[in-house]
Amino acid sequence: MLQARLAPSRTAALSAAGAAAFLGLWSVAALAGITSRDFLPAPWDVAERFAQLVVEPFAGYTLLQHLLSSFQRFATGFVLAVVVGIPLGLLMAWFRWIDRIVSPAFDAVRFVAPIAWVPFAALWFGTGIGGPVLIIFMGAFPPVLINTYRGAKNVDRKYVEAAQMLGASHLRAMTQVLLPAAVPSIVAGLRISAGLGWQSLVGAELIVASSGVGYLMVKGQASVSTATVMSGMVAIGMVGIAIDVALRRVQQHIETRRGH
Amino acid sequence: MQPRGKTRHLLTAAAVTLAALASVVLVWHLLTAVSGIISPARFPTPLEVGLAVRQIAFDGYSNGRLHEHVLRSVGLVTMGFVLASSVGVVLGLAMGASRTVEALVNPVFLLLRPIPPLAWIPLAIVWLGLGNGAKMMVIFFAAFVPSVINSYTGVRQIDKPIFEAAAMLDVRGWRYWREVLIPGALPSIFTGLRLSLQASWTTLVAAELVGAVAGLGQILNQAAQDIYPAMILVGMISVAVCGWFMTLGLVWLERAVMPWKPR
Repeated sequence: MLQARLAPSRTAALSAAGAAAFLGLWSVAALAGITSRDFLPAPWDVAERFAQLVVEPFAGYTLLQHLLSSFQRFATGFVLAVVVGIPLGLLMAWFRWIDRIVSPAFDAVRFVAPIAWVPFAALWFGTGIGGPVLIIFMGAFPPVLINTYRGAKNVDRKYVEAAQMLGASHLRAMTQVLLPAAVPSIVAGLRISAGLGWQSLVGAELIVASSGVGYLMVKGQASVSTATVMSGMVAIGMVGIAIDVALRRVQQHIETRRGH
Repeated sequence: MQPRGKTRHLLTAAAVTLAALASVVLVWHLLTAVSGIISPARFPTPLEVGLAVRQIAFDGYSNGRLHEHVLRSVGLVTMGFVLASSVGVVLGLAMGASRTVEALVNPVFLLLRPIPPLAWIPLAIVWLGLGNGAKMMVIFFAAFVPSVINSYTGVRQIDKPIFEAAAMLDVRGWRYWREVLIPGALPSIFTGLRLSLQASWTTLVAAELVGAVAGLGQILNQAAQDIYPAMILVGMISVAVCGWFMTLGLVWLERAVMPWKPR
């Protein structure tokens, strides 16, 4: 039998023990003097470095400025993926011939890891904003398209037939029948796509950028400042969580409005 | 009658695919080489790509021939993926089966989970340099998280009556894992493995792009530095084809392990 639920106090105690063990081992390893503290900083060194990065500029900007420029790139790529992905998904679901043309090309491109677009991004856009945006787009686009398409394809046949019988135009059928029915699936896709887009952004910034959290981490790596690199990881993780929480709010809002 | 019909169907499908491919190459040729609408400096012509393939396959490019790069990258991913997912699946199953383990491990896991796989690359380079060790570390973290999460949810999704039956029949110990937990969680485990494999492949290519001696990412990196669009495309296609074959391998494994699952 699956173990019964633990008392909340016991769960809390165990969790605290787990966290303490992790931080304790880490601190002992850092303090043991096997390597230098630059190489393996203690947890509080990372916290201190993080606080310092918020105030003092590193690699040209403070941590918040780096985050802001990362977020702008992310938002551009993500919005672009949404603006292209949703209409294209609806078109593919409504017109079979578009589906037949786009699907094979899409499947072929999807297997190329977003990060593999880096050389072309550099070739086409240099160090401008276009490069990272292209890479984010390549990461964020597939889930939007796939979920819009699946959501629109799963619409109850009745509604499609009713719309056709009442003489709805293609555009009206797509915007007023397919789109509303696909919304839950689309929003689920947006969450996946935001996550993947944010990840691809970090990869892009490791290679083609001169600002942003990824760039900050590369600079930290170059000066063998592990604390800087770890601060970057923490910042990336926190923004990633914030994006996901925001989109989950949207999802819950839509689901309650639809009475799920 | 049926097999013959099936063969004919397959032949038709193959012909259609071939015709589609040929027309794509033709349009591509027209756009780049003939009309110059797309400048060859930005996107290669089909002929250039053919020459680049010949060059890398026979003479080698960027410290090795194509099969050497492929073997290196695929070998690294396979090793890292097998290592990380076996640790991840066992941990995920343990977290699913025991609330004590779950409570103990969860805080650490929650700390690691939001960090994107690619964000481990700079840390791996600081700690382990540009060699295979750093690649393994990066792949490990990429593959670890999805396999833990999905094995965990897999156990939690097993129907309650199955646990009750197991308890009634006094199934415990190794048999409990082998006959209850693992088979029940398998579909979800494989979802996790697929995500893990994808993440490890992407992350490895990224890590090789940042710095490596050989491998598919290194081809991309070198071709970008040489401003060699045809070789960039060859690198991208190789990345896609290898990723596709590895996914197929996993699908095959899934069918072999779960013969009862409807196709």
